[in-house]
Amino acid sequence: MSRASRRAVIIGASNTRQARTLPGETSGSVTLAATRLALGDAGLDLADVDGLTALPGLDYASGSDAFGYALGLPTFWTGRAVPGPAAVVEAAQAIEWGLCDTVLLAGGQAGLYTDRGSVAPWTRPSHEFIECWGLMTPAEWALSAREYMHRYSVKPERIAYIASVIRNNGSRNPEAVYHGRGPFTPDDILASRMIADPYHLLDCCTTSEGGSAVVLTTAERARDLDRTGVEVLGGGWDSWGPSYTHPPTYDRAATWGRKAGAAAFARAGISRDDVDVFEFYDNFSWEIVRYFEALGYCEAGEGPDFVAEGAIEVGGRYPVVTDGGTMSHSHTGESQRLQRVVQAVRQLRGESAANQVPDARVAVVTVVGEVVLLGV
Amino acid sequence: MPRPSALTRPFWDACRVGRLTVQRCTRCQGYVFVPQEFCRHCRSTTLTWVETAGTGRIVTYTVVWRPQTPAFTAPYVVAVVELDEGYQMISNIVGSDAAGAAVGDRVRVRFVRVSEAVTLPCFELAA
Ligand SMILES: [Zn+2]
Repeated sequence: MSRASRRAVIIGASNTRQARTLPGETSGSVTLAATRLALGDAGLDLADVDGLTALPGLDYASGSDAFGYALGLPTFWTGRAVPGPAAVVEAAQAIEWGLCDTVLLAGGQAGLYTDRGSVAPWTRPSHEFIECWGLMTPAEWALSAREYMHRYSVKPERIAYIASVIRNNGSRNPEAVYHGRGPFTPDDILASRMIADPYHLLDCCTTSEGGSAVVLTTAERARDLDRTGVEVLGGGWDSWGPSYTHPPTYDRAATWGRKAGAAAFARAGISRDDVDVFEFYDNFSWEIVRYFEALGYCEAGEGPDFVAEGAIEVGGRYPVVTDGGTMSHSHTGESQRLQRVVQAVRQLRGESAANQVPDARVAVVTVVGEVVLLGV
Repeated sequence: MPRPSALTRPFWDACRVGRLTVQRCTRCQGYVFVPQEFCRHCRSTTLTWVETAGTGRIVTYTVVWRPQTPAFTAPYVVAVVELDEGYQMISNIVGSDAAGAAVGDRVRVRFVRVSEAVTLPCFELAA
């Protein structure tokens, strides 16, 4: 097979139904359901899968191994990333090297968040120099946002605007858990109760349940299938060390994803202006500013102006988080990372459930330090 | 609550007697926190524990209104403090005026005894 025909493409991408809770479901059952949907979308069968990266629930240690065995696969390639943008790049590399031909990326969660007196289990860091001071996810992310807003004199309403845009995308999306809950104005965001200053409740991600899956295969195999293959143009990922361990200052957060973004654009051979859709991980509202700055769309401190006045709304030049993201569509603990990939694929195929960006040809997906550029 | 390891026990033992300590490299004089086996600046393994002045400034902070678990009483202030020695740590700002904390404020360590075994180094706004 030639190098060109071994090029990896995304050929299937699906979410299960997402809901605040899915009674009777488990992390394994929703991950399996997503697997079936994505393989069905691709027109492939489980027997075609010879590689996977899977994370049912929060089984970081052995998710891929255990899920692959549970599926009845004899032996299989496994990726090491959490299913999401980096896992797409990792799978594409494995396919292009001939380590495997068809890779399943799958994840999902149901039934894990039962102690509602505490924040969700995936947001309670256990590190010795973190936990004792009551740091949890919103506080960790608020620290860098607060520092940035102080340094560049950013008013809270500039950040609240971002949350209103994303939540309005979700409000229009019939597949979003919070469909129909909008529209929101920046004032509505600011009027919600404070969680970790400067983040109000509506600046933060939600929690819900559901599964997501993506299937990649070779360009040659994809030619025999009915579906539009989405090319993996470039990508990368930056670690900043262990999360929830070291002080999350703005100076550290600002550089997170810069090298990965530069590598992604360099490999893709496209410019920033070629991107039509921006599927950024919206766990907290200011992160959207951080991504535009880290990817080189504007300089440090310019983000709040860059995103303002409709620029990031559908119909604007830089539409973000078009399914409503973790604030409105769904946030399951980890598989929301894959939801960003699924939504980018749907935009590029012209099949978004809502908020379709006309003639979308290139999408960038970022999740914290991970970046992937996808195109048709 | 912290469960000290062999590496971190000296830090918590010092807190119990009211001393804030940090690892310092005898080769490059750099400070290392959180504790690790070798110097982050020069990779030397010659780290020793030294006492710090316990004073610094707030790099950034957040007032938390949704506690991590019911063990915490909201609101409380989580901050990144840069000690005058030049290293950073996460801690709480405590004291009756903690809600008035701001980026850049001077702070000094205040030890909060939470159990027989654990004393937490927190910070209060310096007058
Ligand atoms: Zn040293």
